[in-house]
Amino acid sequence: MYDFHYHRPKTLADAVNLLKGKDEARPMSGGMTLIPTLKQRLAKPSDVVDLGGIKDLAGIKVEGNNVVIGGMTRHADVASSADVKSAIPALAHLAGHIGDPAVRNRGTIGGSVANNDPAADYPAAVLALGATITTNTGKHAADSFFKGLFETALSDGELITSISFPKAEKAAYMKFPNPASRYAMVGVFVAKTAAGVRVAVTGAGPSVFRVKAMEDALAKNFSSAAIKDIKIPADGLNSDIHASAEYRAHLVNVMARRAVDAATK
Amino acid sequence: MTAQTGIGARVKRKEDQRFLTGTGRYVDDLPLARATYAHFLRSPHAHAKIKSIDTSAAAKMPGVVAIFTGKDTADAKVGGLICGWVVKDKHGQPHKAPPHPVMALDTVRYVGDTVAMVVANSHDEAKDAAEAIKVDYEMLPANVDLATALDKGAPQIHAEAPGNLIYDWELGVKADVDAAFAKAAHVTKLDLVNNRLIPNAMEPRAAAAEYDKGTGNYTLWSTSQNPHVLRLILSAFVLGIPEHKLRVIAPDVGGGFGSKIFCYNEETMVTWAASRVGRPIKWTAERSESFQTDAHGRDHVTHAELALDKDGKFLGLKVETIANMGAYLSTFSTAVPTYLYATLLAGQYTTPVIYANVKAALTNTAPVDAYRGAGRPEATFVIESIVSKAAKELKMDPAELRRKNFIPANAFPYQTPVALQYDSGNYPPIIDEAIKIADYKGFEARRAEAKSRGKLRGIGFSSYIEACGLGPSRVIGQLGGGVGQWESAELRFNPTGNVQILTGAHSHGQSHETTFAQVVSDKLGVPIENIEVVHGDTATTPFGMGSYGSRSLAVGGSAIVKAADKIIAKGKKIAAHLMEASVADVVFEGGTFKVAGTDKAVPLGQAVFAAYVPHNYPLEELEPGMDENAFYDPSNFVYPAGTQICEVEVDPDTGEVEIVNFTAVDDFGNIVNPMIVEGQVHGGIVQGVGQALLENAVYDKETGQLVSGSYMDYTMPRADDVPSFKLGNKVTPCPHNPLGVKGCGEAGAIAAPAAVMNAVHDALAPVGVSHVPMPATPLNVWQAIHGARPAAE
Repeated sequence: MYDFHYHRPKTLADAVNLLKGKDEARPMSGGMTLIPTLKQRLAKPSDVVDLGGIKDLAGIKVEGNNVVIGGMTRHADVASSADVKSAIPALAHLAGHIGDPAVRNRGTIGGSVANNDPAADYPAAVLALGATITTNTGKHAADSFFKGLFETALSDGELITSISFPKAEKAAYMKFPNPASRYAMVGVFVAKTAAGVRVAVTGAGPSVFRVKAMEDALAKNFSSAAIKDIKIPADGLNSDIHASAEYRAHLVNVMARRAVDAATK
Repeated sequence: MTAQTGIGARVKRKEDQRFLTGTGRYVDDLPLARATYAHFLRSPHAHAKIKSIDTSAAAKMPGVVAIFTGKDTADAKVGGLICGWVVKDKHGQPHKAPPHPVMALDTVRYVGDTVAMVVANSHDEAKDAAEAIKVDYEMLPANVDLATALDKGAPQIHAEAPGNLIYDWELGVKADVDAAFAKAAHVTKLDLVNNRLIPNAMEPRAAAAEYDKGTGNYTLWSTSQNPHVLRLILSAFVLGIPEHKLRVIAPDVGGGFGSKIFCYNEETMVTWAASRVGRPIKWTAERSESFQTDAHGRDHVTHAELALDKDGKFLGLKVETIANMGAYLSTFSTAVPTYLYATLLAGQYTTPVIYANVKAALTNTAPVDAYRGAGRPEATFVIESIVSKAAKELKMDPAELRRKNFIPANAFPYQTPVALQYDSGNYPPIIDEAIKIADYKGFEARRAEAKSRGKLRGIGFSSYIEACGLGPSRVIGQLGGGVGQWESAELRFNPTGNVQILTGAHSHGQSHETTFAQVVSDKLGVPIENIEVVHGDTATTPFGMGSYGSRSLAVGGSAIVKAADKIIAKGKKIAAHLMEASVADVVFEGGTFKVAGTDKAVPLGQAVFAAYVPHNYPLEELEPGMDENAFYDPSNFVYPAGTQICEVEVDPDTGEVEIVNFTAVDDFGNIVNPMIVEGQVHGGIVQGVGQALLENAVYDKETGQLVSGSYMDYTMPRADDVPSFKLGNKVTPCPHNPLGVKGCGEAGAIAAPAAVMNAVHDALAPVGVSHVPMPATPLNVWQAIHGARPAAE
């Protein structure tokens, strides 16, 4: 990797200050994407601001009808949290199947959501559950947060402090992993909350997206039979050596049905 | 004393103590004082002219010690890398041999081709400087596609090989095979692609070199499977450093699978540059460099036809193959798709006539060479795929069709129509045992049960033969091989009775430190903890040919037995002197020399001590010391054989294939350590499963870039991709080596691709799918099912 200045601030304010005014400064949470990128010399930041020293960014609490997860909370902690398991078991399950044990013990929910990798798991949960993303400067609704390939509504210097997930009546996540990387080649999160039914798809397109037709059908009849014939257009979906766009479109339907079945079990 | 550590015992691996506690010593671990670090600038293009290279800015970068380009090596008259096996084409002409410079001179021919070497005080500084080298490329048309490499108008890769053809080679008499086909009641035809693989040893290739100005001696530490052969090639062909002035050490090496047999440009350059720089130079491949530049494996396009009579007896086999050589000929590349492939096309069967035509083609890809099994997996995939397809077409049981055509046990030694003479074997009991273990009879019930869960279940056979234990030197020479294929061993006793086995074989995962020690423990009655195996250093071990082709025990182990026999013969003379008996009356049992019918006894240790402290010793007739060496050249290859049965379930919704049962029954002759052999079989099967379901080296046809250039896109098999294997074994001892052993290192990888793919095809037959390309990835399976379905559905 190229040389850079490394910082490990103890407070959020210090972190924000360190990032301010430096074009090439990068925040780092778990580093699960940034470090491999640096090692391959694909990024050349002037400064890396490690958020790992900021104690109050990690943690899980239940606030009313919501589970609030700190931005620096590790996947392993979400997976094993009694609060998450009881309120939204599908979210704990999702976190427990990200990457491998090493990744789950380093990677964070804030890092994953801020990075918005098209094959990441968490964006599907955030969008399907209609979560709210809180940052040092304000709040974002899930629907207006994910903007495109590795793009989000976050401004420069804006850091995710926590994500608030409403409890779900029914929810499940089904992932068809890429055979090589085991990232989601197609991952579908289906959730029924007080706000209604949502179906969010990751891995298949340039960014996580909702399937309105399936949501409408499931709102009427929450069963896999209700969405059996809902086809997803292949146009605009990802295509690579592991899956064509047509195959991904097909898998969205299969994974959605399996998620609905799992959510109703 | 040795029952628990001798031949046949499940001795735990001696080497695991250091490997499992992180105390192995690999090339990259070497602490070399004043070391510099090399980084290689590689071609980003598949095919381009180098118009100019400007290193002036890079040379001024911090920490840079030296920069070398192809011009420097050419000026210094560094030789090119060689191909060590001359294959003569069907007209008797030697294969085309385009030059393989250690650094590109005026043209780059694949993504990863070596353009410049930067030597710096640190690896990062070397990389920084490499980025500052300005190379002006003029793009040339490139081709990475094997199927079109020999087409008219395909981009010409080397002027020395017109039409990209390295050779057009044949084995067998075509007219005889055509005559057999004319009489056939049925002909089964098959087109297949044997997918290209990337070896992915756990330890990437590495090299470190040091030049001693005082003595003029070079030392090269390399991740080599065969340090003596590497030294020979570097000395005699490439660098011209006399053999006695070049020491090659291959210390602990983390896997090779063939890819570390060959002489590569990086180790050559590191050695050459060490004397110019005047400091040691270290280089360790990054994983992405391994993907791009380790010699790849397989990569065939094949059309085959099998003629059968009305009863299902094989009448003849025709095989046409195009084999990818990559952009340059690697060390043994030419032999792999010819003498290690077509000679195996008889398989376990009595097919009376066989004709094979192999064309070797150049493409703008990394060189292709031997990879676990080397030619034999490709041959087995052709035979076992077409036999299973024939059984389907004839509505015959696949096991029955195989049995009907097996070479009978009383026919050995058996001369095949493709040059080899199988020494021993008994195939029917192997398939019977496999069928029993796999509960073949219960399969249809399992298929029906799977169907009730919406899964398509299938079963596949693969009955393989392989020729390994390379090999009889005279035959190798007749076929164009440039080296002998014997192996060496030395048993060096110390005065206190412990012993070093010095072997010319090299262990990079094979467990020689345990297996070879067991052989000596068994033969000489020495406790295994008193035995040390020494390997991998040209300065300390006798000249040896290294490890590949499942040869270490069959050939290297045989040399050890010969040396042990010499120890016993000498010991008998010493013991006879000590016991005041006649040599003829001395017997050696359980580590002790005895005079039959008396209570006189001299333990081996006492004889050894007497040999080193020869105060009471027949010095007039016998030299002191106890140190014997032996060379063993086998009279034939060895022929392990076996049957694998794979059972899969396919999820028709997703195309996923799950292996639910896997049985392998092998005949490896006598077995020294069953635990280690089982481990070899497990590893081999996993590599074969990897090829069948997961692994695929993909170059982009437009850009020539290696798309599967990292673990993000190259699918290595993982533990959860395979079930617990069910193994069995049958023994027909090898009749021509003293241990009666055959090789076990490659069998799993040789047989498994066909077993898995036959099972996939069996599973998909009910939905109308007749062909799935290998690897049977979810995408390939889904597309096959999707394509096979009527449009209305």
